[in-house]
Amino acid sequence: MTNSLRTPYDGVVIAAPVTIPYVRYSIESAQWWIGRALSALVAQAGIKASDIDGLCVSSFTMGTDSGIGLTQHFGLCVRWLDTIPLGGASAVAGLRKAARAVQAHDADIVACVAGDTNHVDSFRLTLENFSRFNQDAVYPYGAGGANASFALIARNYMRTFGVTREDVGRIAVAQRANALRNPHALMKAPLTLEQYLAARPISDPIHLFDCVMPCAGAEAFLVMREDTAASLGLPAARLLSTIERHNAFADDPMQVRGGWAMDIGELYAMAGVKPDDLDVVQTYDDYPVITMMQFEDLGFCKKGEGAEFVRQHDLTIDGDFPHNTSGGQLSAGQAGAAGAYLGLVEGLRQVLGTAGPTQVRNASLALASGFGMINYDRGLASGAAIFAGPSR
Amino acid sequence: MIEPIKPPRRKNPLLRTRLPASPPRPRSRTSHGFTRAAAEGRFMLQRCEACGAFAYPAREACPSCLSSGLTFVDAPRRGMLLSEATARVPSDVYFRERAPWRIGLVRMDCGPTIVAHLHADCVEGAPVRMSLQLDKSGQAVAFAHPEGETPNMADDKQWREMTADPKFRRVLVTNGRSVIGQEAVAALKAAGARTVFVGVAEPWRPFAGEKLLRGQDGIEIVTLDAADEKSAADLAADIGGKVDILVNTTEYVRPGGLLDRRGTSIARDEIDQAYLGFINLAQAFGLAMRMRGADGINNSAAWVNILSVYALSNWPAFGAYSASQAACLSLSHCLRAELRPGGVRVMNLFTGPVDTEWFQTVPPPKVAPRAIAQAIVSGLKGGLEEMYVGDVAEEIRQRLAANPKALERELDR
Repeated sequence: MTNSLRTPYDGVVIAAPVTIPYVRYSIESAQWWIGRALSALVAQAGIKASDIDGLCVSSFTMGTDSGIGLTQHFGLCVRWLDTIPLGGASAVAGLRKAARAVQAHDADIVACVAGDTNHVDSFRLTLENFSRFNQDAVYPYGAGGANASFALIARNYMRTFGVTREDVGRIAVAQRANALRNPHALMKAPLTLEQYLAARPISDPIHLFDCVMPCAGAEAFLVMREDTAASLGLPAARLLSTIERHNAFADDPMQVRGGWAMDIGELYAMAGVKPDDLDVVQTYDDYPVITMMQFEDLGFCKKGEGAEFVRQHDLTIDGDFPHNTSGGQLSAGQAGAAGAYLGLVEGLRQVLGTAGPTQVRNASLALASGFGMINYDRGLASGAAIFAGPSR
Repeated sequence: MIEPIKPPRRKNPLLRTRLPASPPRPRSRTSHGFTRAAAEGRFMLQRCEACGAFAYPAREACPSCLSSGLTFVDAPRRGMLLSEATARVPSDVYFRERAPWRIGLVRMDCGPTIVAHLHADCVEGAPVRMSLQLDKSGQAVAFAHPEGETPNMADDKQWREMTADPKFRRVLVTNGRSVIGQEAVAALKAAGARTVFVGVAEPWRPFAGEKLLRGQDGIEIVTLDAADEKSAADLAADIGGKVDILVNTTEYVRPGGLLDRRGTSIARDEIDQAYLGFINLAQAFGLAMRMRGADGINNSAAWVNILSVYALSNWPAFGAYSASQAACLSLSHCLRAELRPGGVRVMNLFTGPVDTEWFQTVPPPKVAPRAIAQAIVSGLKGGLEEMYVGDVAEEIRQRLAANPKALERELDR
């Protein structure tokens, strides 16, 4: 069965990138963080809360709430509602659904929000209750959580393609350099490659600086039609293309590629651009080795050439391949499902020219990708979006 | 290669006794298909009745053809270790205290990929042999072994968490007057138990086989009449803190059912000896065993019951005896639940008629006491929970699974 041609996202824009600065631990609830993000969206866009007629929410720590509970909680009356539990792929998935909703006039202004709190035991509870396969067949094995699962993948990937810890470390080190320019990043100290290599092992070959720091925070943006943005006088980025894929390459004995590899032809064709045209790239960096995999699967180099690509390029804000300019989850922190939004929201600021200290000069075309849900032995969900600022 | 474990030193009372903890316990209902297999030492996976594909983890529909006909069947054990990881700072208390903990991803020859605990001698890229084990939470987990034998294989740190190997442990065999008890003592000693305490009621009275026990290195005769609450409590006050494995060899077999016996006196004896004796032993020794479930190399590890297979389906010729055994079986499940927080496993051995005087009138096949003793040791070494010793017990197990009504009718003759 061949896929039919997809309808372009003509006239769909993304606006009002919001980040509620992260904290390592919070005594507030996820609902509190999501409330702050909604409030900031309204303030930044200059609209009233009642103008929001679509809501898309992602969170791991809302307890028994889903999107519907939040409508009453926040006094929103919407005609389009979605709750997306796709972890690191939630932002791209939410954007895709919201884009079609506004394009079809099912809604005019959709608020896409992700927020999570981090109590002192939230992270452990999330690990314990992640999925049925995880509960039955992963967590009882050393309870290493995502670190152990990704260690299995990383070890196999690194051995298969001759990747060293130094190669992977370049990604983490560059992101730390970026984070030092982001006042909201949780990591404030510089990181050298020597420090990266000397870090303590967590779940070999995953070491300390391969791991994100769980934290509390929220991220959000608005999706609307171009005419709506214009009438509000709101700077906005045009959505050019997206892809989303789940449970790709199920026959690969171990994960060496994500679902992007299945769909990148469509991603670039729909956007009408080439990988080289991108000014800034935001990958989903739950582990740097997964970022390296994305460089390959998103078409910046061939499979197995990720290490060489990293050696050949400068991934910092002023480099020739500006990547994860906020510092990414590795250095800014991973606020649960908001981690999925981090790259997309930062990419949005970049093409709108509002990134401040992390701004890449003349950035107008960005790609943000997502990856998530290590249900059993591999990350199942992948997605990516390409969007362009007003200057392009 | 594994360093052999060393005999534990004398316990320093000033140091903290490591308290038991449980690895993660929640499982889906379907996943308990593995628990059943692990309890008996089998390796089973779900297989689709429609397309023949094997599946893992436990599913409700076949990922190849969406059939709901997934059945747990004995599966080939061979696989290849694709990748390994060592968890050094797990978030779970049990694993944190035992870190580093090594796991791996195994591609089974029959198809599925399994996350498994690794024996230390497993090597990436090499074949492994899988088993299902009960971990300290009592739930099934997959365990990968090297394909061949390696030196000191049973001393692997992670493997020892899955078993109750008698090596260096102290064992109480509750009835040294019985042949089964005496054979059990010999087998446990031969398996490396450091001390075997043998309970004997009124030990000043001579008994057959006494020479095998008295004056032997590492064997201590202790006074115990399990049916007597005070006797059990007195012994526990003395050695309760150093019983790592308890083998309940209480035996009280009398023929007869209901109508041909007069009154309740024989039935009461059967209940006193088997059922109340079990309660006395559990109350005397259970608490200390549960508390010492993680206490070093010689932590308390297992409780063994020897039960008649007719606990599962009444044999009218020994009808009242069968009922006393059924009571003990039920109680063993209660004990299993109550010892579970300590990580102490309860193993039930089901036997057919044993080759002893009380089954004199029963024609063969009968079970040799030595076979029961050997089964105790192999069950402890393999970390099992249910064992069927001998042909009769195995046959009853199969007939019970096939049709319990047919078994009931056919036992009546």
